[in-house]
Amino acid sequence: MATDFEPVLLANVGVPDSQRLEVYRQRGGYRALEKTLREYSPEEVVELVVQSKLRGRGGAGFPCGMKWKFLPKDRTVTYLCVNADESEPGTFNNRILMENDPHQVLEGIAIAAYATRAQTAYIYIRYEYVRAYETLQQAINEAYEAGILGERVLGSDFSLNVYLHRGAGAYICGEETGLIESLEGKRGWPRTKPPYPAVEGVFRKPTVVNNVETLCCVKHIMDRGVDWFLSIGVPADPNNPRDLGSYGPKLYCVSGHVNRPGCYELPLGVPCRELIERYGGGVRGGKRAKAVIPGGLSMGFLKEDELDTPLDFNSLQKVGCLGLGTAAVVVFDEDTSIVELLHRSCRFFAHESCGQCTPCREGTGWMYRILTRILHGEGRIEDLDLLLELADSMGIIPGTTICGLADGAAWPVKTAIRKFRDEFEAFIRSGSRLTAASSGSAAGEAS
Amino acid sequence: MAETTERKQYLTDELRSQILALAPRYPTKQALTLPALHLVQHTYRYVAPEAIVEIAELLELAPAQVLDTMTFYGSFFRTPDAPLGEYRVWVCRSLPCCMCGGEELLDRLCTRLGIRPGETTADGKATVEAAECLGACELAPCVWVNGEVCKVDSEQALEALIERLR
Repeated sequence: MATDFEPVLLANVGVPDSQRLEVYRQRGGYRALEKTLREYSPEEVVELVVQSKLRGRGGAGFPCGMKWKFLPKDRTVTYLCVNADESEPGTFNNRILMENDPHQVLEGIAIAAYATRAQTAYIYIRYEYVRAYETLQQAINEAYEAGILGERVLGSDFSLNVYLHRGAGAYICGEETGLIESLEGKRGWPRTKPPYPAVEGVFRKPTVVNNVETLCCVKHIMDRGVDWFLSIGVPADPNNPRDLGSYGPKLYCVSGHVNRPGCYELPLGVPCRELIERYGGGVRGGKRAKAVIPGGLSMGFLKEDELDTPLDFNSLQKVGCLGLGTAAVVVFDEDTSIVELLHRSCRFFAHESCGQCTPCREGTGWMYRILTRILHGEGRIEDLDLLLELADSMGIIPGTTICGLADGAAWPVKTAIRKFRDEFEAFIRSGSRLTAASSGSAAGEAS
Repeated sequence: MAETTERKQYLTDELRSQILALAPRYPTKQALTLPALHLVQHTYRYVAPEAIVEIAELLELAPAQVLDTMTFYGSFFRTPDAPLGEYRVWVCRSLPCCMCGGEELLDRLCTRLGIRPGETTADGKATVEAAECLGACELAPCVWVNGEVCKVDSEQALEALIERLR
């Protein structure tokens, strides 16, 4: 199925000087924006995106058109926030887009701003992405000079300013209301909802927050049409009334113990095994995979015998994962210690919990301390049920936190213990501890 | 009682105008907090208490608001006796890098430089810190040096990195 897929989002990656406006235009760039401004009203663009069934690429998979439709009709000011705070472990597709094809990102932004009637767009980019920041700034300058940004975009009545805004090293700012608070100059604490950003977002005005890859998809929907987009991917599951389908191309990031780590563009629904074998070049050293993260760390783990699961918005829940997430696939070979893996996962979330909600602040730290104890050979069998109880009681799903960070912290715990319980029990019973080399740097980190 | 003692200005006029030049981008002055902190740290290699007070004045905020924001984020250095080195080095310890030798790399780099993670070399050249996912997992184990990311998976790559930090 994926054999002959011609990249669309990555079509310009690898082309010499792909970052330059001239090259982008030669390759059909800004054609979609011109057509949009000439032929469609903002409401018609929103309607097309609704029809395309495009779902957000940032992790939650919320329908993009529906997000735009939530904006109040009588609004006077609208802001577009572009979420380029890509921080989910294993994920780097936004970086590839921004570094290699910044004008594609800007074209998507311009179309989305037109559709939502936003006159200001902020690109909230994580601090670590210095090259992406510089590349985008150069592209923004070029676009202003060419009349693509600023007053009267491409001679139309639509005006748009685009500003880059740098984060400062906080995972939580990828959550859309954490991003909004951070943009306002505050700590990035997610807001209680409602009101949703569409009604009251940044600077208390109606706001849309979209991921970089989502906006690039918007550009191609306007260029190639809704039918083209709907011809790619997986239709809604008739047995699941809540499935909204998984349409369009997707950027899959493959990393870990594979021969060819990288970012691959394929239709939504590619089986995880095919992605790893055919594109990632298989597991390194001819080994077998032991566990795989299918969509960024927050989604939990797959076992080897679950690798035929299609990577779409509907299938991963069936094997106990939280969802597709960012579609970042991280592969761990048969020699990997699952105890060590989960310990590092818990360390990450304990470090990144913003501290606002008690179940997450305390729960992530507690889980990390338990895993540290187990790793040092002082675990108890009942710790496993305690971990599961903690994991089941923190997050949006049990209704105890404001944002989904805690669900993301819980899912690796739930899936690792439920799927690899034998290994945890054997590890605890043997009283074994990992060698100083592998647990040494972890020991000094329990802050 | 109003105190009349003159306080010496800490932030240069140039820095102040760089910060205020960004004001038209945002409807509130508070939104300039992160840009201002970045500019200050870029210039002085840490954010001094005086800078916090003066940023607050400039943005019509209480110093506590600026401090609150600043301490939430991992990027800012606060202590004058341990400013950021000329090179800021982040060694990724998130799962893809960690499982490809990222933690051993951090240990070895620090040992070679004679510091612990989070510290700066005595000559002020390099600050080495553990980092969460740097978004360059295809280069695992990856290291970030002042914004440039490279893969450090061999002796030669480690030697080249150390050479660069001298």
